Amino acid sequence: MKSVIADNLVKTYRKGEVKALDGLSLDVEEGTVLSVLGPNGAGKTTTVRILATLLSPDSGHATVGGIDVIKHPDKVREIIGLSGQYAAVDETLTGWDNLVMFGRLYHLGKKASIARADELLERFSLTESAKRPIKTYSGGMRRRLDLAAAIIVKPKILFLDEPTTGLDPRGRQEMWGVIKELVDGGVTLLLTTQYLEEADHLADEIVVIDHGKVIARGTSDALKKDVGGERLEVIVEASQLKLVAEIITRVSGTAAHIDEGMRSVSAPVKNGTKSLLDALREFDEAKLHPLDIGLKRPSLDDVFLALTGHAAEETK
Amino acid sequence: MNFITDALVITKRQLLQLSRVPEVLIFSTIQPVMFVLLFRFVFGGSIATDSPGGYVQLLMPGIFVQTVAFTLAATASGLAEDMGKGLIDRFRSLPISRSAVVVGRTLGDSLLNILVLTVMGLAGYAVGWRPTGGLLKTALAFLFLLAFGYALSWTGIFAGLAARDARAVQNISFLITFPLTFLSNAFAPTTGMPKPLQYFAEWNPVSTMVAACRELFGLENQFGATAGSFPSEHPLITSVFYMFLIMAIFVPLSVRKYVNKSK
Repeated sequence: MKSVIADNLVKTYRKGEVKALDGLSLDVEEGTVLSVLGPNGAGKTTTVRILATLLSPDSGHATVGGIDVIKHPDKVREIIGLSGQYAAVDETLTGWDNLVMFGRLYHLGKKASIARADELLERFSLTESAKRPIKTYSGGMRRRLDLAAAIIVKPKILFLDEPTTGLDPRGRQEMWGVIKELVDGGVTLLLTTQYLEEADHLADEIVVIDHGKVIARGTSDALKKDVGGERLEVIVEASQLKLVAEIITRVSGTAAHIDEGMRSVSAPVKNGTKSLLDALREFDEAKLHPLDIGLKRPSLDDVFLALTGHAAEETK
Repeated sequence: MNFITDALVITKRQLLQLSRVPEVLIFSTIQPVMFVLLFRFVFGGSIATDSPGGYVQLLMPGIFVQTVAFTLAATASGLAEDMGKGLIDRFRSLPISRSAVVVGRTLGDSLLNILVLTVMGLAGYAVGWRPTGGLLKTALAFLFLLAFGYALSWTGIFAGLAARDARAVQNISFLITFPLTFLSNAFAPTTGMPKPLQYFAEWNPVSTMVAACRELFGLENQFGATAGSFPSEHPLITSVFYMFLIMAIFVPLSVRKYVNKSK
């Protein structure tokens, strides 16, 4: 069953001047994670805001948990959790205050709100800072608290809009851990990100969007396959670039690509491991000692570049 | 009855904020007390009145109204900040009544006004202010001030929801309320103003409120009634009318703004 369906969503801002969504369609199978991947301004946040009932589309339809988000937003709000790009909590209040407040706004009642706040703070390793104002929290702690606020009533469907944007690597790892735990608990998750690594790490399926449209969809592996198979890549001293390129061209049967800045030579190969062995043998005979050699599967960066003609970061 | 509990949770949040950032509370009570002292001792000696008890009797209702009017800037900037931080979006994604968040905020503002008016009343008493209208009318005057504050906080709510930046909206609110409170009979007789300003001052809701309070505190309003206009002759009724007018305009506008999803 599909937990989330967006069908041909169109949304323009400033009286049609800016087209945020241009016929975007996607769906999320119950209990799975869909990552909406795209650069800034691709329409990720607009998509989430429409699905979370914060925004009405100009045209198109959307259902969440089988409920129409435009006709019955109140009912949708009862079954979703939303955690946005910026930590939407009251910074002057403590973490505990915030969670109890949101619990009460979910109509849990006073006792249950307090119990749930304590439980979530414990689970997200925030118990020690529970009674400190959010202002004093690190970026990662704020995001965790924000996520905790989104799952107070154990929603079946969760929307996370760029949950790790702006976090340091450690904060990101912690956040991923927390998200994975939720997913293991059976929640259906729609997650937007501009980090290809994040989509790769968390999602069952990925849709790549650009300029308000889905331009590709599939599993991480399938998307990578679309871009092409493995590449043989060698990093060498600058003086050996030419010689190494000749060898790689011979081994792979395709003209090798030289990146002088990275001092790398690479070429697509069909039979990865055999080509790698061949190359190594030739290097040994020629008494060449590459700094690094290996088979590279295309990253999602490559996927994005191949799909859009521009790198994910460039459109910022 | 979820609506009421939702609104009260929001009100409680505001009180918690005030307890966590006591500077706000201290500033919002010290500022009006400072005004009381400054006007009482700086202008009090040079503004001649025939009022028994002197200038401070006429001054206090003026400062009460001014203070209540100034709180709308805090309402506006608070709301704008919540918008900017995404907190309003979170509230909107919750299964709560559409107006609970804004109603809760206006209730909180009223509680704050109760505290501020109490502190000011005591400060006024300390420097010689004595209401002579009797207990009932005095209480009625304070209720009136609270009602005016409540109506005005809806304008603050609307400004805050419409704004993009908390500091900007605070400054703009102040730029509007500051002259409005001075282009009135609050601190000096309107007779000294140029004729067009006199008319403006007499129709100014601040003036009608001040005049109404002066009446309820048992005082003749010597600072108005120069142009013989309707509001200066009937300040109480006009004030009530203004309050309803403000609410009739800004309550639906604010709720619409809050709910508005095309933003």
